[in-house]
Amino acid sequence: MEFAASVIFGLTALFAIAWVLRASARSSLSGNARSLANDIPLTAAFGLLVIAIYAIVAISAPAIAPFPEREIVGGQFQAWSGAHPLGTDRIGRDMLSRLIYGARNTVGIAFATTTLAFVVGAILGIWAALTGGWLDQVLSRFVDALMAIPALIFSLLLLTIFGTSVLSLILVIAAVDATRVFRLARAVAQGVVVMDYIEAAKLRGEGAWFLIRREILPNSMAPLVAEFGLRFCFVFLAISSLSFLGLGIKPPTADWGSMVRDNATLITFGDVTPLLPAGCIALLTVAVNFVVDWQLHRASGLKG
Amino acid sequence: MTRDVLLKIEGLRIEGRSGDTWTEIVKGIDLTLHKGEVLGLIGESGAGKSTVGLAAMGFARDGCRITGGTIDFDGLDLRRSSEGALRDLRGARIAYVAQSAAASFNPAHKLIDQYCEAPVTHGVMPREEAEKDAIDLYRRMQLPDPDGIGFRYPHQVSGGQLQRAMTAMAMSCRPDLIIFDEPTTALDVTTQIEVLAAIRDIVRQFDTAAIYITHDLAVVAQAADRIKVLLRGEEVEEAETRAMLDAPREAYTKSLWAVRTFARPEQPAATGKPILSVSNVTAAYGTVNVLEDVSFDIHAGRTVAVVGESGSGKSTAARVITGLLPPKKGQVLFQGESLPPALKGRTRDQLRQVQMIYQMADTALNPKLRLRELIGRPAQMYLGLRGKALETRVRDLLDLIELDPDTYIDRLPGELSGGQKQRIGIARALAAEPKLIICDEVTSALDQIVQEGILKLLTRLQTEFGLAYMFITHDLATVRAIADDVVVMQQGRVIEKGTKIEMFAPPHEPYTELLLSSVPEMDPDWLTRLLARRAAPITHGAD
Repeated sequence: MEFAASVIFGLTALFAIAWVLRASARSSLSGNARSLANDIPLTAAFGLLVIAIYAIVAISAPAIAPFPEREIVGGQFQAWSGAHPLGTDRIGRDMLSRLIYGARNTVGIAFATTTLAFVVGAILGIWAALTGGWLDQVLSRFVDALMAIPALIFSLLLLTIFGTSVLSLILVIAAVDATRVFRLARAVAQGVVVMDYIEAAKLRGEGAWFLIRREILPNSMAPLVAEFGLRFCFVFLAISSLSFLGLGIKPPTADWGSMVRDNATLITFGDVTPLLPAGCIALLTVAVNFVVDWQLHRASGLKG
Repeated sequence: MTRDVLLKIEGLRIEGRSGDTWTEIVKGIDLTLHKGEVLGLIGESGAGKSTVGLAAMGFARDGCRITGGTIDFDGLDLRRSSEGALRDLRGARIAYVAQSAAASFNPAHKLIDQYCEAPVTHGVMPREEAEKDAIDLYRRMQLPDPDGIGFRYPHQVSGGQLQRAMTAMAMSCRPDLIIFDEPTTALDVTTQIEVLAAIRDIVRQFDTAAIYITHDLAVVAQAADRIKVLLRGEEVEEAETRAMLDAPREAYTKSLWAVRTFARPEQPAATGKPILSVSNVTAAYGTVNVLEDVSFDIHAGRTVAVVGESGSGKSTAARVITGLLPPKKGQVLFQGESLPPALKGRTRDQLRQVQMIYQMADTALNPKLRLRELIGRPAQMYLGLRGKALETRVRDLLDLIELDPDTYIDRLPGELSGGQKQRIGIARALAAEPKLIICDEVTSALDQIVQEGILKLLTRLQTEFGLAYMFITHDLATVRAIADDVVVMQQGRVIEKGTKIEMFAPPHEPYTELLLSSVPEMDPDWLTRLLARRAAPITHGAD
């Protein structure tokens, strides 16, 4: 009960801080930034604040964390105390420190993966829609074939082949996700390439890269941004589930997914500690989607 | 008119939202409509015509709100009525016909299903009866194959037929009032006549009152009993159609009349080698030939108007010239040299020489780019301008098209009016410093006053830079205003070509005659006389 109360209190406090920051941004900024601040809903301000906190924590993890990431500093499964605010894990490492380092590893990898998936998927998708013909056929059918294999099994297969380094983890999940992005980008771009301004640019003699970058991409942003939010969360979950299965981020590197697995036994004793990493994932997911919703709203020009 | 008053609007005020501020767009309009009467509402874009039309149904578009005045429909106060009461009224007693039937029909349902929806929902008649009624109305609207046309999907019938089907649909509950919002604006002249005649007949047959919204005076003169002229949300004047046409009182109304009189001074006859020749071009989409043995020349400093109805191959000719559609036979010569048939084979300089301006400036300008880049890109690409030089060039171009550089250079296309967007299209073409500009229906989507501005600008630029224009249009009034030479096309062939003077003087080819006689005139009896003269009833095959 006490825990639930503190969670609610924490969220309310975050909303309050977001509101105060937005109000001060509105009064202090000017010009373009001002109109952005005027436009931003409270949910998006909350999302931005949460993302900022995660970013700060991730970047300055060594400075914030009370203990090193991998060092055994106490007994196993110690309760919350002054020395170890969130207790220790099953081999006696400090939970709070690992949670903080986990932000760096899990969020960093998820972000890199999603970005890579989007760059590759969107560019190929738009290129396929723009060029059409056999190139479109080859790329699309190849993607169809990849999508026919269930994502998790496919990643497990690839990870078994290439080994489970951080780099191969990023590449494999990005490759799997890029297929989804490809489909979306291609569908959206097909609606854009028939516009007169694309014809005008072709008549001007523009190359494919310019068409993709300046003419099509800016007009396909809205659905892609929305998809980014969603994909980011999926990637998060994919990494966590792979870690949970033991194929993701290797111990002793701190990772939220494997932290849940490692400490799962505690739940049977009525301890919420193993849920904290899961809670961190949930909070970031919600925060990212708040911001994405706002961006989507702006990009699509919806009002009201 | 001593008949009962059907609709009475008094002191109507409507505000529209832009960003966070509300501005008044209709500033106290009074309007009285008697039973069975047709009122024409005319004015340029932004005059508030459509807003007033919708308010007559008690409706305000998203981002608009009715702030003052009363709307009384047959004893019912529409401003105080509940949404439910309004719903019962709309479709049943007041119907609406939109400008673009293609966009207003649901593409996923057959025409007759959409027809039956209103009468069945409003409980006017059961489905079977509604279907019979639909077929009867399709027949009265002179639609081809009235028994079967309802079972087609919207994309399977032509634009003119769709507009008539839409009017029939509006009639389904035998409403007391129909609002026509620019029903013929998107159609070409020959189709426009059919729709106009059909609308006029059906309104008379059922003694329906109507509000006819348009920016084309000649069209409204055929259909309306009375005309009301609006300007920026205010009434300019209102009079019986004949009185208004014979003796307009206000200066603004007179200026509407004067628009049609713009004409470019005659040019000396063409001399020397043509700048562009299309010689014996045959082109096809798949196996269907859309151009058959087409030839014509364009000389420097002259305007060649290519005229014909939709589907006559005008735009395809432009696609062949620009290289988007390589011809099957024949070739395109630029300054005596053969142009490579496909876009890919052409050099950057060949691309630069021929520029294009599109009909729909909305879709021809990338909505996410600022004017600086939209206009600057061709100059950067073709002429290698960078930095300061590029900025200066963009500013000069904006000056040329009469837009203030400081205000506009960093705007997005969405922040411009229709006419301004078209000017940007012109500036973009000019930025390449071309010899020939292809204008594809550049004025068709604009109202007359804006049209005139664009035509004057094009004429001025032509004299200034010695440009040649290929002017694709279905509007013969425009041809009369600015063309030097005319090419008439029908079904992919050139029917007739010659100088403007030759073309407008009889004798004509039958098709040219049909086109010429279809241009509405400012005479309320013109349509009646024309229909009488074309002894046969309105042809079905012309669509």
